[in-house]
Amino acid sequence: MNQPANIGASERRELTSFWTGEQEYCVDIMSVREIRGWSAATPLPQSPNYMRGVINLRGAVLPIMDLAERLDLPPTQPSERSVIIVVQVGERLVGLLVDAVSDILSITPDQIQPTPDVGCDQSKAFIRGLITIDDRMVSEIAVERLLPDLEGLAA
Amino acid sequence: MDELEEIKITFFQECDELLGDLESGLLSIDAGDTEPELVNAVFRAVHSVKGGAGAFGLEALVRFAHVFETLLDNIRGGKTALRPDLVKLLLRAADVLADHVAAAKLGGEGDAASTTAMVEELETWISGGPAPSPPALPADLQPNEDGIVFKPVTLTLPEVDEGPREEVWTITFQPMDELYAKANEAGLLIREIERLGKIDVELLDDALPIFDNLDPETAHFAWKVRLRTDVPEEKIREVFEFVEGHCSTTIVREASPPVLVEADAGPDIAAIIAAAQAANMEAEPAFTPLKVDVAAVESQPPVALAPAAPVAQVAQPTSPRSPQPPQGEKVNQATIRVDPERIDKLIDLVGELVINQAMLAQRVAGHGFAASSDVGRGLDELEQLTRDIQDSVMAIRAQPVKSVFQRMPRLVREIAGQTGKQVRLVTDGENTEVDKTVIERISEPITHMLRNAIDHGLETPEERVAAGKPTEGTVRLAALHRGGRIVIEVGDDGKGINRPRVRQIAIDRGLIAADAQLTDEEVDNLIFLPGFSTASTVSDISGRGVGMDVVRKSVQGLGGRISISSRPGFGSTFTLSLPLTLAVLDGMVIDVAGQTLVVPLTAIVESLRPAAAEVKKLGAQGGVLAVRDAYVPLVDIGRVLGFQTTEIDPAEGVVLLVDSEVGGRAALVADSIHGQRQVVIKSLESNYQQVPGIAAATILGDGRVALILDVDALVAMRKREPLRMPEPSIQAAE
Repeated sequence: MNQPANIGASERRELTSFWTGEQEYCVDIMSVREIRGWSAATPLPQSPNYMRGVINLRGAVLPIMDLAERLDLPPTQPSERSVIIVVQVGERLVGLLVDAVSDILSITPDQIQPTPDVGCDQSKAFIRGLITIDDRMVSEIAVERLLPDLEGLAA
Repeated sequence: MDELEEIKITFFQECDELLGDLESGLLSIDAGDTEPELVNAVFRAVHSVKGGAGAFGLEALVRFAHVFETLLDNIRGGKTALRPDLVKLLLRAADVLADHVAAAKLGGEGDAASTTAMVEELETWISGGPAPSPPALPADLQPNEDGIVFKPVTLTLPEVDEGPREEVWTITFQPMDELYAKANEAGLLIREIERLGKIDVELLDDALPIFDNLDPETAHFAWKVRLRTDVPEEKIREVFEFVEGHCSTTIVREASPPVLVEADAGPDIAAIIAAAQAANMEAEPAFTPLKVDVAAVESQPPVALAPAAPVAQVAQPTSPRSPQPPQGEKVNQATIRVDPERIDKLIDLVGELVINQAMLAQRVAGHGFAASSDVGRGLDELEQLTRDIQDSVMAIRAQPVKSVFQRMPRLVREIAGQTGKQVRLVTDGENTEVDKTVIERISEPITHMLRNAIDHGLETPEERVAAGKPTEGTVRLAALHRGGRIVIEVGDDGKGINRPRVRQIAIDRGLIAADAQLTDEEVDNLIFLPGFSTASTVSDISGRGVGMDVVRKSVQGLGGRISISSRPGFGSTFTLSLPLTLAVLDGMVIDVAGQTLVVPLTAIVESLRPAAAEVKKLGAQGGVLAVRDAYVPLVDIGRVLGFQTTEIDPAEGVVLLVDSEVGGRAALVADSIHGQRQVVIKSLESNYQQVPGIAAATILGDGRVALILDVDALVAMRKREPLRMPEPSIQAAE
């Protein structure tokens, strides 16, 4: 499901877009399992700052990641309007804490541009490509690169 | 999934069961059980593995199973006597068969070298054949009324009766509808016959109706197969074993086999007759009565018999007792196969139910309903029901430890072979049940303990003789339930722990002070210390000094404990006690820095509220607590886990005295205690990763996740802190 963006096929893809840190991002809709409201997470000791802790997702322990903080943006201040997007990464589920869900985008591969070098490695590492819709710029998150151990950045 | 693949998975599941039957049957025989049904059961197991393997085209497996089966068939038919050394060979052959099955499961083939060697050994026994039974002695040698002595002679010519001799069989085979309905195929059966010899097939289509009346689901054909083969009739019948009742089959031997006696059998008869004649040269020439001197026959054994392997009389079992006669077990229990994932799912759901019920109870109480109100009573009943369901569901997943124990005889044989020691494994309590989650994890510690018992515990046969013991050492593996836990014991009748040596090693390695006063028990338990290994040579059997401390660590990771008791000269016993399940845990719920945490009860020795005077500062940040006559290091949970930077004053909070593997006894400081609770264990790793100091998570009554502390890791983390106080190298009093 997480094909490289520059794949030559003309298949349309659907993406869920959302706001975090006053920027618009999106993830492939196929990786989204559910979207739920914010509930306080149990903090995990000895874990990176962007890991907000774990919550109970119908009996499973779901780790919650503050996407803004992961992208080196200022940490999200969770409010009642905050949203957790539960995405599947391989066999695992991870909840992404974001400010609000905005849209469902239907795009063709040629709408995606490679990420230009903006001198911010952290952002670039997690962004698969840029999508322009009207005058909005939406960055597609490569969810499989977000988890710390998959990235080789174990706490 | 591919349907064939699914069937294949079932086949391999059955293989595991069959291999288990095979091994336990052989072990019973080895232990001296002479019940003939055992040999049959062993034969059937190998035969069924072969049959299934043939269906999946697992050629290497079939080839090996065939040789194995042939020898077993000879034993079953009494052609080969069962001797102790033969049983040992069969056990090793069973190991090779298991290897083949394991390899086939992964899509490969078994190790060719070991297979070839084993096939050679098996074939030696197969071609060994029986010793010639002495010709029956003429009972009555009275001259008849003509004065001629007729000596009735019984000539036993086993090579003619049982050796390869081609015969022609006519097999008529008429499948019924059911045969096809059960997914068998006539063509495959005929091909199976073809493997036995040369065949000539004729289709009998007399029953075929005219096309209009043709029912495609009815069997119309029959076949007549002429088979020229040297195999006995049973072999031919075996082909139809799996379709019995679903076809009508007749197997008839043709009256005059075209080749009556094979060339190599011919001279034998001629030789015997010649010998008989030679012995009777002086007899009355007129009649030339056949007067065979028995001695002459005996002195000229038929040459066709392979003299290579002399076959002894029926072996007498040497082992005095059989540990667990299979007759004692219930064989025909009605069982159903269920995908374990479905049960796991059910257990998860019941876990949810328990949590949900607790949440509901908490909310109801929050709304001011009294426990005596209708709602309160209803909730009590719900709680009772929920617990009953949980217990019942856990019981479904409980498995006898047999599946683990069954793997051990092979291990023991291998280690015995490597060490040159003679070992007998006695198992007890195989039917003791424990949750699947535990079953999966006990195999490794048991393996380690067995290795240790044989490698370090048992003496060599020479040493045993010198000590006045039987050359064969005994290792006992037992399981039992005790106090809501499962206890596994591994005992040996070896030399026991050499305490002065253990003590000396511990001193040499700096694990204890040279003048430490230790009880015998404490000395024995030194072997569990990290880096302790008593083997003077590092063997590949018991590892490289990572022996018992690793075992202890993995056991403690399961919420278990391990200990050893030893009597010099009489052997040692490891005792392993584990919770019955890893799905739930008895824990103490505590509050630390606003977080709710669960401490496993097994780790807690006691909880107390220390007086200010009992808390002593030591160094810049460290502290100790005076508990009776000992000083115990204080561990501030919140600070070690990074929940807060300042320490709780132990005199303001609560202290849990815990036993830890690495740091000995420690005093964990918490804000408050909520009480004991059984919690459902949830993995952190399934969606995230391991977290230092945390063993797992659980979900509390309010629906929030609480973390379960890993006490050992927590204490170890504290030791890694830069501002630590010097730790005593061992808490000998543990």
